[in-house]
Amino acid sequence: MTAFDEERLARLIRALPPAPEAWVRAAQELPLAKAELDEIVARAEADAEFRARLVADLEAALEAEGYERDPAVVEELRVRFKST
Amino acid sequence: MAQALTDSELVARCRAGDQEAWAELVDRFSRYVYAISVQAFRLSDADAEDVFQEVFARAYQHLDGLRDDAAVRPWLAQLTRRLCIDRLRASARERPTADEELELAGSEETLTLLEEALTVHEALAEIPEHCREILDRFFARDESYKTIGEDLDLPSGTIASRISRCLARLRELLEGRNDAGPASGSR
Repeated sequence: MTAFDEERLARLIRALPPAPEAWVRAAQELPLAKAELDEIVARAEADAEFRARLVADLEAALEAEGYERDPAVVEELRVRFKST
Repeated sequence: MAQALTDSELVARCRAGDQEAWAELVDRFSRYVYAISVQAFRLSDADAEDVFQEVFARAYQHLDGLRDDAAVRPWLAQLTRRLCIDRLRASARERPTADEELELAGSEETLTLLEEALTVHEALAEIPEHCREILDRFFARDESYKTIGEDLDLPSGTIASRISRCLARLRELLEGRNDAGPASGSR
């Protein structure tokens, strides 16, 4: 980068508008989602009855246990428990 | 975080499980990832959102595999470009498109502009808060003099002169960096 006249600076600042807040928040919450996912998987491995309920009706089982139904977590669990 | 961390420091903290550092990393690169998908590759909002989440999900998952912590910026850019091309390829299944055409979809000119824009945004973090805010609101968030003036309780004329002064300040900072030699590549 060589010249920094006002017009060029303005163009460069303008080139990076903020991403939608909800997208940013969801990405920031990835570690929480990962922690929740790990906890659910660990419980399912240790508790056959809980695992059976997850396989039978994933969303209902999560709701009954008070887990927040993060779409990314639900999707990942669906994939993991589909073939079992 | 009181003091801005370098990209390397930030990545190291993320790898150590620091959730606040992860939030900062997402915040630092969110505009860049977003702009690559909507400006360089012109993805729809829905596709851009999928790419955005996938980029950060993969980054979180593979952070341990990053060889050079300071290279997180080009790594994220490359990841975003690859996922945008995958997305365009998937939506072009019904209308076969040559790979070369897909590669060209992300115009080099726009990608270079965004790279420079990120450098300028990083420099914004080093100027006073009131300058950073007014420049970001006016240029990046496209807010009017009226909106900014009402929020900051300032007359429109003051907004205009403050923008001009803050741009000059930013310019001095960036030119000072150039005079001092090549940038380190991270904050």
